[in-house]
Amino acid sequence: MTAFISVLRRDLLLAFRQRQDLLNPLLFFVITCSLFPLGVSPESEFLAQSAAGILWVAALLATLLSLDMLFRADFEDGALEQFMLSPQPLYLLVLAKILAHWLVTGLPLIFLSPLLAVMLFLPSEQIPLLMLSLLLGTPVLSLIGAVGAALIVGLRGGGVLLSLLVLPLYIPVLIFGTGVMQAAAASMPYNGQLAMLGAFLLLALVLAPVAAAAALRISAST
Amino acid sequence: MVEPDLYSRRSDLGLAFAPQDYQQGNSFRIIYLHVPAAALAQSCYLLMAIAAVVGLVWKMKVADMVLKCAAPIGASFCFLALFTGAVWGKPTWGTWWVWDARLTSMLILLFLYLGVMALGSAIQDRTTAGRAVAVLVLVGVVNLPIIKYSVEWWNTLHQPATFKLTEKPAMPAEMWMPLLVSAIGIYSFFGHCLLLRTRNEILEREKRTLWVRKLVKGEPTDAV
Repeated sequence: MTAFISVLRRDLLLAFRQRQDLLNPLLFFVITCSLFPLGVSPESEFLAQSAAGILWVAALLATLLSLDMLFRADFEDGALEQFMLSPQPLYLLVLAKILAHWLVTGLPLIFLSPLLAVMLFLPSEQIPLLMLSLLLGTPVLSLIGAVGAALIVGLRGGGVLLSLLVLPLYIPVLIFGTGVMQAAAASMPYNGQLAMLGAFLLLALVLAPVAAAAALRISAST
Repeated sequence: MVEPDLYSRRSDLGLAFAPQDYQQGNSFRIIYLHVPAAALAQSCYLLMAIAAVVGLVWKMKVADMVLKCAAPIGASFCFLALFTGAVWGKPTWGTWWVWDARLTSMLILLFLYLGVMALGSAIQDRTTAGRAVAVLVLVGVVNLPIIKYSVEWWNTLHQPATFKLTEKPAMPAEMWMPLLVSAIGIYSFFGHCLLLRTRNEILEREKRTLWVRKLVKGEPTDAV
């Protein structure tokens, strides 16, 4: 547990020393959201209808962009190998890194989403639900993405490859995340979709760090 | 027993001799390609997942090779299933494509195949590539039950499965017998392709060894 906390603290500290890197995914999120009114239609009915989908897709892409750096710096300076040699289970250390990644990318996105939701004319009573769906969904994105990031960590130009590997796995999360909002917009019960998101989160929480740890060992063995 | 040309020889059973559907006329005949291809695309992923477990647990090289060789075949059949589905959807549903659960999950399956192939070719070292791909395949295997049960969990345009092991098919025997033959034919074709590709892969990897050199020159070898 001490190892978990110290890795978490180290990663958060490193992240706060590089503040610009923290801001970039957020800026990307905001800019992507603002492309839709300009590119498709600025009318409020259209935007109110598609706001949840736009925010979800933008959050997904912003997470994807930040994933590349999840293990790369540690891989390059050799810290990753020290993690593997340490007597602590790699599962726990990977989980700490993923949690730190979510705290610096996923969580700010959730806090930023009400602002963008208002700009995209999402009905204000749906905003808490949007934040809840993102709260359940973005950790899944970080967890699944960590597996992909671990697989490509040793490769040059892995960024495009990463999106090819990870995006298909993100689609079910996206479907249920936006499903919550669509059900709420049609004033239908949305508990089922929320429960599915929660189930995804629990499943990913248990399995994804195992897969990511295995993938890291494979990537580091070359 | 692998009969590679069973499909090419006996597909006429369904394509020409099965009776017409009373609603769809002749257009339903594409079922004899669509259903076997779709079933195969899923089975192929399952086979890759099993090969991935074998490769990761027992570190068998052949399992890695089977995994690598099965991916392009699976991707082709997945594409074929989507394509024939679109062609069939146009006269019956009136549209090439709908975003329904089964179609979307088959599309995800195609993306997974393409991702597996991309990762496999991006890593230079063969052993590492094999193991990395195996991890990716195992992570993606969650999609299989979603495809399988999508038509039962969600109310979709796509009809439920044509064949079930436990029930009598809803079609008359003149229609489902050719379908069974087509399915067995496609599976045999797949097995044949997979064995051929794997044999090529083994020869390619072992090209520096003596037995392959002897094989190429046509000299007698003690290797099988």
